[in-house]
Amino acid sequence: MRAATAQEANRPLPIGVTLTRTALVLGGGGLLLVILLVTAVALGSTQIGIGDTAAILARRLLGLPVAETWAPTAETIIMQIRLPRVLTAMIVGGGLAMAGTVFQALLRNPLADPYVIGTAAGASFGAALGIAAPLALPMLAIGAGSAFMGLGVVQVLAFAGGLGTVLLVYAIARGGGRVQMITLLLTGYAVSAVLAAGVALLMFISGRALGAIFSWLMGSLADAEWTDLAFAAPLMLFSFIALLTRWRSLNLLLLGDAQAVSLGLDVEREKLRLTMLATLSTSAAVAISGTIGFVGLVVPHLLRLVIGPDHRLLLPASMLGGAALLVLADLVARMVPGGGIPVGVVTALIGAPFFLYLLRRSRLLRVDAMA
Amino acid sequence: MSVSVAAPAVVGLHEVHFAYPRPGQDPLTVLRGVELAVHPGEMVALLGANGSGKTTLLRLVSGTLKPQHGSVEVAGRQVGEWTRDALARRVAVLPQQLDLPDGFRAAELVEMGRAPHARRLFGSTADDERAIERAMADADALDLADRYPHELSGGERQRVLVAMALAQEPELLLLDEPTLHMDLAHQVALLRAMRRLQAERGLTVLAVLHDLNLAAAFAPRVVVLHDGRVAADGDPADVLTPHVVARVFGVQAEYALTADGAKHLAISIDG
Repeated sequence: MRAATAQEANRPLPIGVTLTRTALVLGGGGLLLVILLVTAVALGSTQIGIGDTAAILARRLLGLPVAETWAPTAETIIMQIRLPRVLTAMIVGGGLAMAGTVFQALLRNPLADPYVIGTAAGASFGAALGIAAPLALPMLAIGAGSAFMGLGVVQVLAFAGGLGTVLLVYAIARGGGRVQMITLLLTGYAVSAVLAAGVALLMFISGRALGAIFSWLMGSLADAEWTDLAFAAPLMLFSFIALLTRWRSLNLLLLGDAQAVSLGLDVEREKLRLTMLATLSTSAAVAISGTIGFVGLVVPHLLRLVIGPDHRLLLPASMLGGAALLVLADLVARMVPGGGIPVGVVTALIGAPFFLYLLRRSRLLRVDAMA
Repeated sequence: MSVSVAAPAVVGLHEVHFAYPRPGQDPLTVLRGVELAVHPGEMVALLGANGSGKTTLLRLVSGTLKPQHGSVEVAGRQVGEWTRDALARRVAVLPQQLDLPDGFRAAELVEMGRAPHARRLFGSTADDERAIERAMADADALDLADRYPHELSGGERQRVLVAMALAQEPELLLLDEPTLHMDLAHQVALLRAMRRLQAERGLTVLAVLHDLNLAAAFAPRVVVLHDGRVAADGDPADVLTPHVVARVFGVQAEYALTADGAKHLAISIDG
């Protein structure tokens, strides 16, 4: 046996994400999500036992040969109503939190959320147009196209509105081949203001459609269907995988543009790529659920405090955390007596005070650090 | 016909003009016709008054800025022709100011210096880890490996940043006031480490320095920028004269002899 050299006696450098930590965070998060999924599907106006729920899910989703001990109506309720709704909450929450993580890194601003550069305003305008405006001819064309995907005109217009607005904002903010992030923020703010005025105008002249526009704006998962999932889930999966492979860029951007450039990052191209990937996920989420707030802001912020800023772990963890939070919020929303309330109200009611708490806490942390 | 071919310059600036655009005003001209060639293994100190274009010059070489006229070459190729990551494998920068993002340990920040060499999708290779460890040892930052940015003093941050730049394993290191915030011992240690890396690996260093005597002690060659051009270039003993100091900085200085007979510049603050 040879003696350990001084080199080997040293502790290894604290770099990288260890396997145990990854397994702990992602495995723990995944397990929590599965438990939440089963619980959320079991709970509702018609109570279905946790055991039966798990068995139905195991049979229908995993194809396990489980003996039928439940009423057929229970299976119908789960498969047609609750499961699509809970799964929609999961992907919307996950997609928004992931996009929020990316925007907070891109803008180097912890107050950024997925809607910050105009996605929400654009999607809202698209949706309001789809609900209220009698644009017979183009609607027919879009209607034919969306029927093909099994989507409503409103969803297609919301998706296109979100994506289109960000493209427009990016084009306006671009000057001399580069985009200053502060310019992007301000441009997004200004364009959002114009679109918000458009939405207000549409609501004002819409008459009967007012209620429909309003409830869309609040964000709701009540109408979730399998077709929504089939549309949004692949887009989000694509965006998630693409973003996860860019974790290194996201970390480098935290050092600022100049340093990221001198570390070999093509910053302008990378920012455009990341913006578009995050917007794709956001627009898909908004198209099927309306503008649900606070998930995309709070989740990445909270997880950064707990597991650190390394995007290799932060991105997937945010995805899981956002999914869990929205499933929980939607459960609260639909358990409210009298037919439930929009989930957007719940996320804001829980999210905003929680955010205030975080804000105070992180200010205290900073003071500690300076002392 | 026989032509003697010298090794290509690591840095070659020819007729370089640069001006910062100012909306509604004339552009702010900083460099007007800079000529400079730095050869492999050279250690060059860049001096000049505030606003004389030292940082601008470094940014042109690192590719963060593009000149309006003239050419800036690194290893015989126009800076703009290099891809970003290929350039980052050759040129590393120690910036004047950098906010280190909180939540990363010093070693993890140094690991970011490996980005242009990244081979593995989700982590570092054994080669990367060796390079990180060596860079931290060279910058005397190994004992800081576990610390977070808010736990580092100004000089300690600077050592971590130096390690980050060294982890890039560059041929050329651009240092913008590397000794800023460092205590005297670490200033000397840093410049000594640079010399050792030059001797061992042929590292080329172009460093903006403010302390004239430190520059003279460190670099066999000093380049003085003044009025957008290279005002003096050569051996510190020839370049750093009271005359040049008066012209470039507008400050009175005279030689003072140290005990071992070396000449030092003594600055007078009396009008």
